[in-house]
Amino acid sequence: MKIGIAVFPGTWSETDTHYATQDVLGITSEYIWHKDQNLNNVDFIILPGGFSYGDYLRTGAIASFSPIMEKIKEFANSGGPVLGICNGFQILCESNLLPGILIRNKTLSFVCKNSNLKVNNNSKFTNLYKKDQIIKIPISHGEGNYQADKNTINKLEEENRVIFRYSSRSGDISEQYNPNGSINNIAGIINDAGNILGMMPHPEKACEKIIGSDDGLGIFSSIISSMVKNG
Amino acid sequence: MVKEETLKELALSRSEYNLILDKLDREPNDLELGLFGALWSEHCGYKHTKKLLRSIKSTSEFTLTEAGAENAGAVNIGSNKAIVMKIESHNHPSAVEPYEGAATGVGGIVRDIFAMGARPIALLNSLRFSNLESDRNVQIAKGVIEGISGYGNCLGIPNIGGECFFDESYESNPLVNAMCVGLVDADKILSAKADRPGDLLIIIGAETGRDGIHGASGLASQNFEETIELRSAVQVGNPFLEKLLIEACLEISNFNELVGMQDCGAAGITSAAIEMAERSELGLKIDVSKVPVKEDSMTPYEIMLSESQERMLIAVKKNQHQRIFDILEKWDLKCSIIGEFIEGNEVQIFDGEKIISQTSIEALTSPPEYDLSLLSKGYKNKKNKIKIKEEYKNFDKKIINKYLFEILGSNNLISKESIYRKYDHHVQTNTVVEPGSDAAVIRIKGTDKYLIFSCDGNSRFSLINPDVGAQINIAEACRNISVLGGEPISLTDGLNFGDPTKPKGAHELIETFKGFNKACKVFEIPIISGNASLFNEGHNSSINPTPIIGAMGIMNNKTKIINKNFMNEGDYIGVIGKSLWGTENGLSGSEFQSFFDKTISGEININLDFEEKIQKNIRNLIKNNLINSATDISLGGLIMGLIKSCEKNNLGVNIDKAIPNNWAGALFGEDQSRIIFSFDPKNEKLIKESLSNVDWEKIGLVSKENIKFENIFFESDDLFLRYNKGFSTDI
Repeated sequence: MKIGIAVFPGTWSETDTHYATQDVLGITSEYIWHKDQNLNNVDFIILPGGFSYGDYLRTGAIASFSPIMEKIKEFANSGGPVLGICNGFQILCESNLLPGILIRNKTLSFVCKNSNLKVNNNSKFTNLYKKDQIIKIPISHGEGNYQADKNTINKLEEENRVIFRYSSRSGDISEQYNPNGSINNIAGIINDAGNILGMMPHPEKACEKIIGSDDGLGIFSSIISSMVKNG
Repeated sequence: MVKEETLKELALSRSEYNLILDKLDREPNDLELGLFGALWSEHCGYKHTKKLLRSIKSTSEFTLTEAGAENAGAVNIGSNKAIVMKIESHNHPSAVEPYEGAATGVGGIVRDIFAMGARPIALLNSLRFSNLESDRNVQIAKGVIEGISGYGNCLGIPNIGGECFFDESYESNPLVNAMCVGLVDADKILSAKADRPGDLLIIIGAETGRDGIHGASGLASQNFEETIELRSAVQVGNPFLEKLLIEACLEISNFNELVGMQDCGAAGITSAAIEMAERSELGLKIDVSKVPVKEDSMTPYEIMLSESQERMLIAVKKNQHQRIFDILEKWDLKCSIIGEFIEGNEVQIFDGEKIISQTSIEALTSPPEYDLSLLSKGYKNKKNKIKIKEEYKNFDKKIINKYLFEILGSNNLISKESIYRKYDHHVQTNTVVEPGSDAAVIRIKGTDKYLIFSCDGNSRFSLINPDVGAQINIAEACRNISVLGGEPISLTDGLNFGDPTKPKGAHELIETFKGFNKACKVFEIPIISGNASLFNEGHNSSINPTPIIGAMGIMNNKTKIINKNFMNEGDYIGVIGKSLWGTENGLSGSEFQSFFDKTISGEININLDFEEKIQKNIRNLIKNNLINSATDISLGGLIMGLIKSCEKNNLGVNIDKAIPNNWAGALFGEDQSRIIFSFDPKNEKLIKESLSNVDWEKIGLVSKENIKFENIFFESDDLFLRYNKGFSTDI
């Protein structure tokens, strides 16, 4: 079992992600450079957070055209598991691997804080959490406002593909707990095949109690355990 | 004969010009005059502060650098790890163009840190604005905060703390001081030097453009009224490029071929290259035609003095640059060999084949040193007696309530959460205590260490008495570290002052250093790096003298982490210090005095030995895991200390004492050397033993709600709402 962590110029969450998966969870993890031509047989790909290519033009837009993304798209389209965190989520949307788009926060300013998320545990990435569990994971973004047309949103909801929603500590999903203006408090969604998850919160930053929370580890553990089970 | 105007533009005086003639024994050409203007500026040459800086304690058993010798100061924290830290100001650029001024301030201090081979692991900042009543002031504050957020967040460096303070003295001169902390293996610290003749001088990063010419000599060395038109002197930052530079420079920092690294900051290539040569005791040849430029037909003068951002210089062993160039190419960074170090002590500047300047490095890098004691002659610090209104001395519930609720409208006292929420403080996954407490705590992975950082200063105290004010500033910096359990081990200072050529400015600087010296001795702590921003004047008034202190402390990671917040209902509350109450004299320079009496006056004092003792005692309590929270009593006095301790966990206090008649001093006095802490009742006996040698008392207990004294109580919901409501105008 091997995790590949994609690194674009301007990415800064790759070392935190590596620390969470390899040092904390003990899963072999390696970096994939944006100019690389192959994925080196990794089993699970993470697109970490940061400001790929300075987020110039549009967040994630330039990265979606980088050489390695061709290979990652092939990997994803053939069912390989892919997790996009923050900027990684934006790249997945720009690459049409996930529907919708992340626009500027409603407040128009960057926001960094711990967010409470209500978990939908009906996915390969979350099946080790309890149903409707509330987890604490930091957010850190200026463009995390998830938007999509009505049909897309209806489809996501009908197919139970919203995996995380911003909530109160007790699970209340209302506008006051929405840090960025996302439709339906959406913090993370999955594709229809269930192998691609995009989320704005940073699970790798919630990897040990001493830094405030280790609630993010369940995402890495869930996907790894479901892959092990399926051989 | 050189024109007055030219000299003025370069911030050189006629007598300095004459000194240049003596040193060169000829007239300098235009380019050379530009070099002198830059290198003899206050920003690069420290001509008004060098004498004072030499008087400061700058080394200790932990230090690995000598003050001023490198881009920043370094201290050993054990396990072969070193911490590099420094504060830098970007005041004048932020006044002209707030967003870019602040952004490039962050960029500059970060380059100072990774120039030493250190990975930047934390940012802090200290901001000073005028009140938010005018659109311009709001725009400046907003722009600065967004600039720090926009640039810093892009780099993946957590912004873990600092302060933001409002006072009218910053009306024309906002202050933006940024502090950066880096981590490096102690045996791998890079030096900003070449090694031997033949070593190559290579420029990396951004192309050189026409931005920021005369930044150092113009913006940072004259008062503001003269420079309001210098818009082109502010640089524009590209944080994406900076991020690439960080990664590339750290990747090559381990290569044997790399000899030294230096960032291009104020005065651009001129200052960076010539100072490298000076440190190396070598000569230098530069060819300006080899410097990659943004625009055609840039003159040698423009190339040498441009302050384009995101550029680094490195010294590399002769003919051994290929592996380095490969790494730079991997990161898509431009680079070019622009010169080489040579025997001798001259800098020779070429434009292609043609030599255009040949000057002694010694002459360029030894500006006159001014004796501030001569400049301050005749200055007498005004003594203003504190006036206490009758109302402040008569206990009256209604009146006290009115004053308390009004003062919670002060932007200085309320929570700064709306600012630090705009900065990423979690990235790198080391932040153990987030912004919002007296200091921030980070862990150092792979070691058994926690590091504690704070960055602030009190300029009102320095205005009343710069000597005592400086002592208090260092005492409070160390106290902020101690109340989280850290042993303070190093300081960095940001000196923000008015015009040092005027008696008042000179006096304030001299007295500040006196205070620093006294405090550094008592706390046995060195100031390992720093920055001076002088000439902060405009509209005939100077800023309050504002020394900012960045402090670092260290503790073992077995220590239980506490912060300012009361944790449990029923815990006892104690105060270490002579008395929990403030005094009438303690209103001198306080927020209360400034807010209600619109003055900054009176007398301030601190007993450093006592201060050191209380800090040692609180650290011991934390080390022995005896207490659940600690915070010092500072801005806003006892009542603010209690509100801050209660608000996070929505708790209250029952104090077994009645507020005395002189309620204003008692509640709002900012008398020094007082610490509030809370503890489990079962630890009372051990705490009594531990504190047997210091003044302290148990004052009450943590309750479910409300702040209650024997003769009055305040509803906590209302207080917390006001504390957390955000600024009067959204910034």
